[in-house]
Amino acid sequence: MKISVTVTLKKDVLDPQGKVVKQTLKNMGYANIEDVRQGKYFEIELKENDKANATKIIEEISKKLLTNTVIENYTINYK
Amino acid sequence: MKSSVIVFPGSNCDRDVAIALEKFQIKNQMVWHNETTLPKSDLVVLPGGFSYGDYLRTGCIASKSKIINSIIEHGKKGGLVLGICNGFQILIETGLLPGALLRNKKLKFLSKNVFLKVINTDNRFCSNYKNKDIIKLPIAHNEGNFFGNSDLIKKLEDKKLIAFKYCNDQGKVEKISNPNGSSNNIAGILNDKKNILGMMPHPERLIDPILSGEDGSILFTSLLKS
Repeated sequence: MKISVTVTLKKDVLDPQGKVVKQTLKNMGYANIEDVRQGKYFEIELKENDKANATKIIEEISKKLLTNTVIENYTINYK
Repeated sequence: MKSSVIVFPGSNCDRDVAIALEKFQIKNQMVWHNETTLPKSDLVVLPGGFSYGDYLRTGCIASKSKIINSIIEHGKKGGLVLGICNGFQILIETGLLPGALLRNKKLKFLSKNVFLKVINTDNRFCSNYKNKDIIKLPIAHNEGNFFGNSDLIKKLEDKKLIAFKYCNDQGKVEKISNPNGSSNNIAGILNDKKNILGMMPHPERLIDPILSGEDGSILFTSLLKS
């Protein structure tokens, strides 16, 4: 089973890289960009066919390793 | 007093801190990250550097290494733990210290001397700073922007768990002397029991009057007092 996890900084955490990307886009002429937040993306291949079991494992590794839950959120995407 | 310096792939201040410890007659051992048991130690030091190339998040991979469980156990039993720079990042990733260390606000790697105000001296690491509470130590980091939500910052302030804050040469803690954007200018914090200290500046680099100065020595001499 292929699952991806997107990790983003929580709303109230400053994202200086996102800010720079946003400013650069504005400088490039994209005046209607309102906000950019930079994150991380993981593609995980799991030996598991049951979606509920897979979710349980992915939730666990997302909390234990892929994110620092103090500052980051994650979303799980199924392919 | 016995210490262990933990060496990870990518540590680069491990030997500096070992020299500092030995200078103050602390009997030190280097411990490779793949060991599972900690030699008998009063103090564990997590040194600066770029453990595991800063992959995923700074300090993150080191916080899952084989030696870590014995360090967590040591810390929870009240044993002394000192994390400097990358060591501080590792302590936060293990959960031994709260908060997070984000990228520096201005996105630049900072390598310079900064003034620090020693905020609380009532702990094993800082007691000798009573007579000298404005010091100058070097910082060298890219992710030193200490972040905590308002509850955490309030708790750290109220419970006197902040060891160092960035300040000006007069000891005034102000926004302009904050190099990396840390909440409340925080440069180093202690855990609730005050046996674990994490700090971004490098005390081990200032232990020699000829080479650098001795503002860092005071931390090591404090440790010797029991």
